[in-house]
Amino acid sequence: MRYSALALLRGALAAHRNWSPAWRSPEPKRAYDIIIVGGGGHGLAAAYYLAKNHGISNVAVVERAWLGGGNTGRNTTVVRSNYLYPESARLYDFSLKLYEGLSRELNYNIMLSQRGHIMLAHSRHDLESLARWANAMHMNGIEAELLTRQEVGELIPALDMSPAARYPVLGGFMQRRGGTARHDAVAWGYARAADALGVDILQDCEVQGFTKGANGGVTGVQTSRGHIAASRIGIAAAGRSSVLARLAGFRLPVTSYALQAMVTEPLKPTLDKVVISPGTGAYVSQSDKGEMVIGGGLDLFASYAQRGSFAVLQSVVAATLAIFPSFSRLRLMRQWAGIVDVVHDSSPIIGATPVPGLYINCGWGTGGFKAIPAGGWTLAHVLATGRNHELAEPFQLERFITGHLIDEAAASGIAH
Amino acid sequence: MMQLRCPWCGARDESEFVCGGTSHIARPDPAASDELWGEYLFFRDNPQGVHFERWRHAYGCGCWFNIARHTLTHEVLAVYRMTEPAPAVEANGVP
Repeated sequence: MRYSALALLRGALAAHRNWSPAWRSPEPKRAYDIIIVGGGGHGLAAAYYLAKNHGISNVAVVERAWLGGGNTGRNTTVVRSNYLYPESARLYDFSLKLYEGLSRELNYNIMLSQRGHIMLAHSRHDLESLARWANAMHMNGIEAELLTRQEVGELIPALDMSPAARYPVLGGFMQRRGGTARHDAVAWGYARAADALGVDILQDCEVQGFTKGANGGVTGVQTSRGHIAASRIGIAAAGRSSVLARLAGFRLPVTSYALQAMVTEPLKPTLDKVVISPGTGAYVSQSDKGEMVIGGGLDLFASYAQRGSFAVLQSVVAATLAIFPSFSRLRLMRQWAGIVDVVHDSSPIIGATPVPGLYINCGWGTGGFKAIPAGGWTLAHVLATGRNHELAEPFQLERFITGHLIDEAAASGIAH
Repeated sequence: MMQLRCPWCGARDESEFVCGGTSHIARPDPAASDELWGEYLFFRDNPQGVHFERWRHAYGCGCWFNIARHTLTHEVLAVYRMTEPAPAVEANGVP
């Protein structure tokens, strides 16, 4: 069913009893051409682009819990492409451009709001590094604007710009095309569009092992709903990538950490930019519902627990209140964590694994949401053709042997 | 908040400590292959389960020590010194 104003009107006249589910819940077939492990944004996008770009629709997405219930539903919904190195800039800006056309392409409103993403400078050294960063972005053909102290104050009236401010703001830089998108809608939109093209989405279907043939290549997955055969399998499982890699018999340069986020009670429109202050650790935007969405820090020890520690929550809230003192009487409504797959250079891994036929998309760490369209596109490409997409070429597992790292620690937004 | 038991100072809040990552990783021979050095520097087991790891009591005595901790429950199953081998521990029934 195509969604439109007319469809809504028809629904209203039929007392909204005419809507069908956005995707099917089929029984698993015995075999597929390709299986994607992980029903989050990246996995669903990969399934959609396999069908859309490569005409391969005999595809299953297997998800151990419910669709979009991992990091896709746990992030702070920020999209941006303000990265430092050319390889990353190309990949993340490709992603942002896909986001810009995604609501129309998927016929599903992802509520993309390019409200501008502002990074604050609190010292002369911050100003110098932001200038270098903005110049690097210009070199890569991505717009970025340096802001004076006064411009920052005008764009973010809630910011403490008083002479007594605990952390004085000296300036900043802005990517105007950065902003937010509705995270659940990205997962649901890709799921609905992939389903319409014939992809089977199998929830409550946990991968318990991989089966291999005589040459050591994959022949399928053993799941909680039985064996499903496929000669090509893609893993898009973020913080659980190492668990799946162990089942398949190899290791990854990944450590899983809990990254927390939180929202306050809703209030009237107060903040119409995404604001990050790397020096203090504050990362805030206001949702369309009015909640202040606050990005947390990492608990810097390995964890699969999907809950953050109080110590980190306290420091994040303290940092936020230091630059936005007027938020001090807001109550936090919810706090949660997702398990992120951090690699040493804060750049992704998209490509082949040591197991023939098995491919992986992981390593996005604290910033995977913004990369969903590009991660899905490039994983679909390598699954369909057996060759790396040119954007994914620099992001192979071999770089941890050759030493050709792409260190984006500064651009990842969250201190590691 | 998690509490850790420093072998010298006793139980303290997690915020006094800094985690130094996985323990018991042996440095390869300087002449070892790039593959071995890459494995040593970057590749990790990253288990969901018992993890043997180093911590430093950074805002206390400053000393390093090892613990065995479950990465799903965060339960600390053993505390031992830097030079001791990893102890045999039970995961208390949690997968």
